[in-house]
Amino acid sequence: MSESRCGPSETLRRTGVPTEADLAGLRPDPARVAGPVAVLECFQRIPCDPCAASCKRGAIAPFADINDLPVFAPEKCNGCGLCVARCPGLAIFVVDETFGPGEALIKLAYEFLPLPERDGAVVALDREGRPTGQARVVRVQRPKSKDESAVVWAAVPKSLASVVRGIRVEEGRLAHEASRES
Amino acid sequence: MESVEVAVVGAGPAGLSAALAAAGQGACVALIERDERLGGQLVKQTHKFFGSERQEAGVRGFAIAHGLAEAVAAEPAIEVRLASTALGYYSDKVIYLEEPDGLVKLRAERTIITTGAAERMLAFPGNDLPGVYGAGAVQTLMNVHGVRPGSRVLMVGSGNIGLIVSYQLLQTRVEVAAVLEAAPYVGGYLVHAAKIRRAGVPILVSHSVKEALGDREVRGAVVQRLDSAWKPVPGTEVTIVCDVICLATGLTPLTELAWQVGCKMCYVPALGGHVPWHDEDMRTTIEDIYVAGDCSGVEEASAAMVGGRLAGLSAAASLGHDRGVAGKKQAAREELAALRAGPTGDKIRKGLARLRGAGGSG
Amino acid sequence: MRIADHPILEFKKGRSVKFTFENQEFPGYEGEPVAAALLAAGIRVLRESPRLHRPRGFFCAIGNCSSCLMVVDGVPNVRVCVEPLREGMRVERQKGHGDIRWSPSK
Repeated sequence: MSESRCGPSETLRRTGVPTEADLAGLRPDPARVAGPVAVLECFQRIPCDPCAASCKRGAIAPFADINDLPVFAPEKCNGCGLCVARCPGLAIFVVDETFGPGEALIKLAYEFLPLPERDGAVVALDREGRPTGQARVVRVQRPKSKDESAVVWAAVPKSLASVVRGIRVEEGRLAHEASRES
Repeated sequence: MESVEVAVVGAGPAGLSAALAAAGQGACVALIERDERLGGQLVKQTHKFFGSERQEAGVRGFAIAHGLAEAVAAEPAIEVRLASTALGYYSDKVIYLEEPDGLVKLRAERTIITTGAAERMLAFPGNDLPGVYGAGAVQTLMNVHGVRPGSRVLMVGSGNIGLIVSYQLLQTRVEVAAVLEAAPYVGGYLVHAAKIRRAGVPILVSHSVKEALGDREVRGAVVQRLDSAWKPVPGTEVTIVCDVICLATGLTPLTELAWQVGCKMCYVPALGGHVPWHDEDMRTTIEDIYVAGDCSGVEEASAAMVGGRLAGLSAAASLGHDRGVAGKKQAAREELAALRAGPTGDKIRKGLARLRGAGGSG
Repeated sequence: MRIADHPILEFKKGRSVKFTFENQEFPGYEGEPVAAALLAAGIRVLRESPRLHRPRGFFCAIGNCSSCLMVVDGVPNVRVCVEPLREGMRVERQKGHGDIRWSPSK
């Protein structure tokens, strides 16, 4: 069970970027969990509870007060990623540190165009949007309804499993330049 | 002269909810909207809503608007008047409406004012240049009309609106140079901030815009750091290249009708400025006039929908309609309390306490 | 400047029409606000302020603030951010307060 945290750090409240202190306790314990598991980067008490309803395995407890932080049981989670697609804050990721030799898999919500291509390469970004190298697109799950986000499965070096939380499709830059000319 | 039991002025989330609630109790309703479509600011919201399932959490804003508009269209007791502007409320409970075919007089036993709020202006040299736009304007252009407002935007204000509109700009492949925030902390939900930080957009707290640059149109902005007393620090000026300066520094309630009617108005900064005094049933100091949504206190769309529902129920109940109205009103009050219970509800709770403390004597 | 594809939204536009701005022809879509059609064509300066002749554009885009007043088909003080575009409209920058023509016979 995740422990209760004492609120977002000063730095997170000033920058929008969670610190090591905020993220402590979120990293799945490899001794207890193998395979893909959700990481809920949700640190602030706001009125919001769709994640609990989205989980079919009861890994996110129903909310007593909708302002509470989600209470997550990683051992019940199979990393299916439904919560990733449904979270209004796009704050949930699925991380699989056992994905492959030297590789970890990150599943993240993606709401930009163009959607990346399967087997394509994208730029891997950290929480400040800084490039950390390339990621290989393993799969792109298109949303099943308008109210879900597309979910991109990106393979990254294992050492970056706790670092990569965004991607950039390079073609987007060309489209932006084109729009500047019009 | 036409007459209805309940007139609702403004068909955003609060007004739509008020009309549906009143009609659901059996009242005969006129829903008045100056725009050519229903939905207010809700139609522009592309993000999945927060709150709980009762307020359609997880559903995108524009889909919620669409659902409410469809429910209204399916409700025979609601007469929708589009392109209809309420000019004033006069004696004998008559509202004058300006419509394309001319002036219409509508008599309403009860009137619910749900006219929303508008973007605040910020004072700085060059703030009247083409390219200085309110955040709502940028949203309207992008999400309703499909036109990009520019190619590189400086966002002023890191409340939910500033953060959400920045993200929406990125979704239309418009660059966001930075988000400025005068306070030392991010104003809106941290998850909204995290989304744009992951896309590489800087958030500069304790910063404000000093002036807009450009002869005929915005070509850039000078930004400056503020000290702990919110005063500009000399020597910290930096020029940012941009062609749009987007102001998201707060909303101010649109209360002309409430003033004109003679409702007691209170100045409560935490609610956005002057708001009509109203009780727990959303009733103002004028017996037949109710308010809900942002014009009664700037808050969130979820609260606007519940508040609108409460106002609609209260207005219908006051006319004698009762289809379990007491229970439904109580449920709405409890939902509002739940939405406002956490730390993000501090401001609105303080604002309402101050309002109620001001007393309701006319 | 028009958004061709969007990750979440679809835009339904009316039929294509043509209008003139300062005697030059521009394309647009029937029913969209004149200001949107102008912005799509890269036109942001909509009028000149009365006293200091400063360039002005729109601000609120929902008809509240009166920043976007232009002369449309000879009629001044038209809020182009909410005025629906029609085929053949003549749009001009308004200089100052605008010239209201009134008909004593009306």
